[in-house]
Amino acid sequence: MFNPDIIKPENLVYKRTDVLTKAVMHYCPGCGHGTIHRVIAEVIEEMGIQDKAILIAPVGCSVLAYNYFNVDSLGAAHGRAPAMATAIQRLHPDHHTFTYQGDGDLAAIGTAETIHACNRGENIVIIFVNNGIYGMTGGQMAPTTLIGMKTATTPYGRTVELNGYPLQITELLAELPGTYYVTRQSVQTPAAVRKAKKAIRKAFENQKEKKGTSFVEVVSNCNSGWKMTPVQANKWMEENMFAKYPIGDIKVDGQKVK
Amino acid sequence: MAIKGAIVVDTERCKGCGVCLAACPNQVLALAKNVNSKGYNYCEPIKDNCIGCASCAIVCPDGVITVYKVKL
Amino acid sequence: MAKELKLMKGNEAIAEAAIRSGCDGYFGYPITPQSEVMEHLMVEKPWEKTGMVVLQAESETSSINMVYGGAGTGKKVMTSSSSPGISLMQEGLTYLAGAELPALVVNVVRGGPGLGTIQPSQADYFQATKGGGHGDYQMYVLAPASVQEMYDFVFKAWEIAFKYRTPVMILSDGAIGQVMEKLYVGDYVPRWTDEEIKKNAPWASFGKPANRDHNIITSLELDSAKQEQHNHKLQAKYREMEEKEVLFETINCDDAEYIFVAYGSSARIAQKAIQLGREKGIKVGLLRPITLFPFPKKQVAEFSKKVKGILSVEMSAGQMVEDVRLAAEFRCPVEHFGRYGGIIPTPHEVLEALEEKIIKG
Repeated sequence: MFNPDIIKPENLVYKRTDVLTKAVMHYCPGCGHGTIHRVIAEVIEEMGIQDKAILIAPVGCSVLAYNYFNVDSLGAAHGRAPAMATAIQRLHPDHHTFTYQGDGDLAAIGTAETIHACNRGENIVIIFVNNGIYGMTGGQMAPTTLIGMKTATTPYGRTVELNGYPLQITELLAELPGTYYVTRQSVQTPAAVRKAKKAIRKAFENQKEKKGTSFVEVVSNCNSGWKMTPVQANKWMEENMFAKYPIGDIKVDGQKVK
Repeated sequence: MAIKGAIVVDTERCKGCGVCLAACPNQVLALAKNVNSKGYNYCEPIKDNCIGCASCAIVCPDGVITVYKVKL
Repeated sequence: MAKELKLMKGNEAIAEAAIRSGCDGYFGYPITPQSEVMEHLMVEKPWEKTGMVVLQAESETSSINMVYGGAGTGKKVMTSSSSPGISLMQEGLTYLAGAELPALVVNVVRGGPGLGTIQPSQADYFQATKGGGHGDYQMYVLAPASVQEMYDFVFKAWEIAFKYRTPVMILSDGAIGQVMEKLYVGDYVPRWTDEEIKKNAPWASFGKPANRDHNIITSLELDSAKQEQHNHKLQAKYREMEEKEVLFETINCDDAEYIFVAYGSSARIAQKAIQLGREKGIKVGLLRPITLFPFPKKQVAEFSKKVKGILSVEMSAGQMVEDVRLAAEFRCPVEHFGRYGGIIPTPHEVLEALEEKIIKG
């Protein structure tokens, strides 16, 4: 299709970073996990911290994230990643320990570990992928599932009476003095990806400066769980998830954003 | 000075999710009628007016697109 | 090595040993009767002396996962707790075993089940040796019977933990944790440098250098054929421990017609019962298991061929007695004597039990 003179190494604009391994990711077509992984890997490459980055993978769709990142990694028990990160970063204070967690891992079973790591202001980066559902186990309700959303355990739509409210854990964590940077991003358009990358870069820079906890929520899709195509899911996300989980900075440099 | 871009798609890694199609400002991309060995209709360029903006590559969950660009 | 004499509680001896053995991190949660471990660490401020990290976590669940994280990066890390907290840690212990990580967990056992009492007990034997967590795994389990052993076994624990890449448990009880005795401490062993970690724990995830592939610490394996192989590997480790790392002590056994089998505080009490028994002409001795896993099966088997009966003495409803019976293979009578719920038996009770259950029975 294209003039072959253009396709030369000196004309290269963009290629997949080598901080990602060559393994084909097992995520569903169109799932935000792959994009988010890539953005984090690019930040690690650009900052030159591949030998200091330590990934803690959760239980969830991204349980095998350690197969995709070319950094030393550990797999956590469900919800426990912030506890592991606490110890690792305190034991290796010049490293870049980061957790990568889903909505069940971080805001259900791991709530205590999440809140207390943030409350202690641990010098870690927490990447929180919020798609309002438990993907890996077959699409059950998550704490962040919206009212009315149909899932495997809310087949008629989530109701407040039975299951309470969607949990805005990120806003809660921003209230803790230990969190230095709290932001909410997404990766469904090129512009959003660029902003998300800036945010993740900021998080790792904060960590280098030993500022405390940087918490980056990425609202993402789950087209399989939501039973839509990837493009439909991204649209549904923009129209519904963003209403409850608005994109933007919540706390910067230790101050809540007005 | 015109900018001419080109992309190379790793068709075996592509899962045919279609997110790149929506991201391209020039509608360069479409899902092929053919499938790869996994059964996915991979993405392919159908027009040559690529400007090398890398929007498709940036938004691709599997990072299957490599982007090139020259100034003519 | 210069030896300094101190007087302290068993719990404090654990903390003292941690600092002097080059421990990198302690992560724990208060629970009676072992809170002095962390309190002593906080008073001593080892972060100023050796750079050791000491952190009070928000729960035992969190504590054991902090240990898992630190261990996964090649550090010498530990926690301590008591029975209800150890129950909370079971998930972490099976993960440590599955991921093959070195770590030290101290259980200062109290009366159970449930929230129970705060007084001493030995009713966590099953949990410690038969796996309290899920799956086929073991921990190397050391049972101190004195404040000195509380100290010495921390050093032994690191040796075994890193030799076999396995979690090690020191199974103590509330009496030994709280009692004050003479303690000889040695010089400070320095904490490992980054270079030493890379040499001693090349498998650890401490930051990928350019000259190797990335390390992954996990206990997950989705391919069951590979997982079976992994289990074979773990089992081989445990067989090797059974072969090479059994520890025990015998007291007054040369001419014994009867023996007590007892560990920890029960062993101390049994020693007095031996004295009382011998005054009455009863030739009784003590086999004291020091490792509960691996259990001194061979030694019990040998005794079962020679003695007229064995009394297993435990502060429980009868847990170790099962291992004694298995090893004795019905060659001689084996009975259990125990007090539970935090009650400590007296030497007279123990001797009486020997007389009633074994000698007369």
